[in-house]
Amino acid sequence: MDTASFIFYLLATLLVIASLLVVFLRNVVHCAMALVTALLLIAVMFVTLHAPMLCVLQVMVYAGAIMVLFLFVIMFLNPGALEQQRGLWWGFGTLLAMMLAGVLVPLVATSDLPADPVAATELFGSPEMLAKSLFSDYVLPFEIASVLLLVAIIGAVVLAKREN
Amino acid sequence: MNHPFLPLLVMFAVASVIVVALLTVASLFGPKSTNAAKNDPFESGNPPTGDARIRFSVRFYLVAMLFLIFDLEVVFLYPWAIYFRHLGVFGLIQMGIFLVILTVGYVYVWKKGALEWD
Amino acid sequence: MQALLDQMIQEGAFAGVPKEVVYTIAMVLTAVVVLSAFVAPLAGVTSWLERRVWARMQSRVGPNRVGPQGILQWLADGIKNIMKEDIIPTAADQKLFPLAPYVVFMGFLCAFVVIPFGESLIVADLNIGILYLLSVTSLVVVGILMAGWASNNKWSLLGGMRSAAQIVSYEIPAGLSVLTVVFLAGTLSMQGIIKAQGWRPWDWFMFHNPFTFCAFFLFFTAALAEGNRTPFDIPEAESELVAGYVTEYSGMRFLFFFFAEWGNLYVIGAVVTTLFMGGWQVPPVTDNPVLLGILQFLTFFLKAYFWVFVAMWIRATLPRVRVDQLMGLCWKYMVPLSFICLLGTIGFMFMDTNSRRIFGAITLGFAIATIINFFRRVGFQFRSAKPEAYWKPHI
Repeated sequence: MDTASFIFYLLATLLVIASLLVVFLRNVVHCAMALVTALLLIAVMFVTLHAPMLCVLQVMVYAGAIMVLFLFVIMFLNPGALEQQRGLWWGFGTLLAMMLAGVLVPLVATSDLPADPVAATELFGSPEMLAKSLFSDYVLPFEIASVLLLVAIIGAVVLAKREN
Repeated sequence: MNHPFLPLLVMFAVASVIVVALLTVASLFGPKSTNAAKNDPFESGNPPTGDARIRFSVRFYLVAMLFLIFDLEVVFLYPWAIYFRHLGVFGLIQMGIFLVILTVGYVYVWKKGALEWD
Repeated sequence: MQALLDQMIQEGAFAGVPKEVVYTIAMVLTAVVVLSAFVAPLAGVTSWLERRVWARMQSRVGPNRVGPQGILQWLADGIKNIMKEDIIPTAADQKLFPLAPYVVFMGFLCAFVVIPFGESLIVADLNIGILYLLSVTSLVVVGILMAGWASNNKWSLLGGMRSAAQIVSYEIPAGLSVLTVVFLAGTLSMQGIIKAQGWRPWDWFMFHNPFTFCAFFLFFTAALAEGNRTPFDIPEAESELVAGYVTEYSGMRFLFFFFAEWGNLYVIGAVVTTLFMGGWQVPPVTDNPVLLGILQFLTFFLKAYFWVFVAMWIRATLPRVRVDQLMGLCWKYMVPLSFICLLGTIGFMFMDTNSRRIFGAITLGFAIATIINFFRRVGFQFRSAKPEAYWKPHI
């Protein structure tokens, strides 16, 4: 086994452990911290795939912004006082996970992924290349993203201000 | 061997070793005497009352949400900033539409009073 | 670094040792040297200097007993903290409480990877440098929230929440004002940004046009707020929250938080210098690479440390702001202003070089006039107040 695949399997194992901790830990804040770990491991994985820009954005947006939002919501709800409803949600979650696996497993099995995903060029994964593809090939999704963000702003304000 | 992020990994490892070493030294030298009063949460000298994990105001949620959205906007601006010399007028129009839509959102937030902290 | 090492391998300095081993050892050594010979004394001396400067500004003496002028005070403090008990309250979260200082400390140390000290003195010149710095800040937020929640103390939780809300809010104006520089430089790499400027003040991005001049102040303010510095230190406001999220910490773990805070001051100065003040750029006075390296390091360090001094100065001068003022300042003033600065800079980029120079010169002139006026007023204060103690800083 060469170094690259060794690193991959190491990271993947840690990632699976972290994700299982997110599901099985009893304390919600501990779960959130396990989720931070999982997201950081994904960021490291981006680095090994020669995509440093995506790594940084992963840390900034997911480990930074979204986790802060999660933690604030946890503090807001104070889940220590909440009773867990187990049976129904477990069944529902398992069903969803199995459906996802049913979609993903055949897809991965049938598609022929390149053995080594590292591209030949020096610039691959650099901010310039990301910008080039984002602003030439994916202009429409980019503009739609702005509308999505607008909807999110309005949604947040409506939700938070209704409380008053 | 010449991966640009390798120094970061090394730094992490070295710093972890230093932190663990310092904490070990501190635990060797430091006194260890516990009593119930010392291990209580500090509440300015009074006996602690109630649970410390109080419910927080929804304002924090709103701040986090706004941060998330505007952070994403900034994140989109970064690749554009380094590439816009190659995009020309077309790039300006693209980003102009994006920014106008988000400015509408900002004005909405302001008018709704969501930026007030009261 | 890399080039020097390659040359040494070529000359057979490490004959018989595999190249990879040499590189790894060199990197570990660099990390150890940077941490123990630069970052630790830097944070320590900053902590002493801050107390000393602050004391002088308030007509007090400050710590002056340990070593000449008290410069070894930080070592005494460090040893004292090592000898203290590491208290973990029974009510605290036994896993997250010890972990939180480590996360904050790491978040701060990671920043040093991309901070340049000279043209070839940098741990790693990542092609995403400045964005990396911004993302590291978000790790600190997670550590602070962890500390606040895990302490299971009302002051800690309040402090942690306030701190997190403050840091994330000020990250928006900081990010937008950095963008103005990224526009002008066309790159995210720290070295690239410095190379896009020159050693003359009018080649700095700070005086490029009025908008970048404004963006500079916005960035510095936002950076102070992100570092929880006065006047934005409400997360650890002593009069309201005891010590904020560090209330329950003691000994070494307490030190890690403050180590990160004082070290972070230098990071703020270094980033400001890199982005707006030409970094390590020096006039071409010598061809000797070693001499040039030393000169660049000193230039960078002095510029960066000047801003550390300004931060101390501000701390000794300004009162603390209220929470609502803090949030209002960020979302209602700094976000729109930094956005305007960004648009203005984009406008300037379409202007031809000559007319841009005129604006640059006007900005520089304005800055110089402000500084001269400032010193005139300080001189007036001195002449009318005759504070004898100020002329004897050695006491």
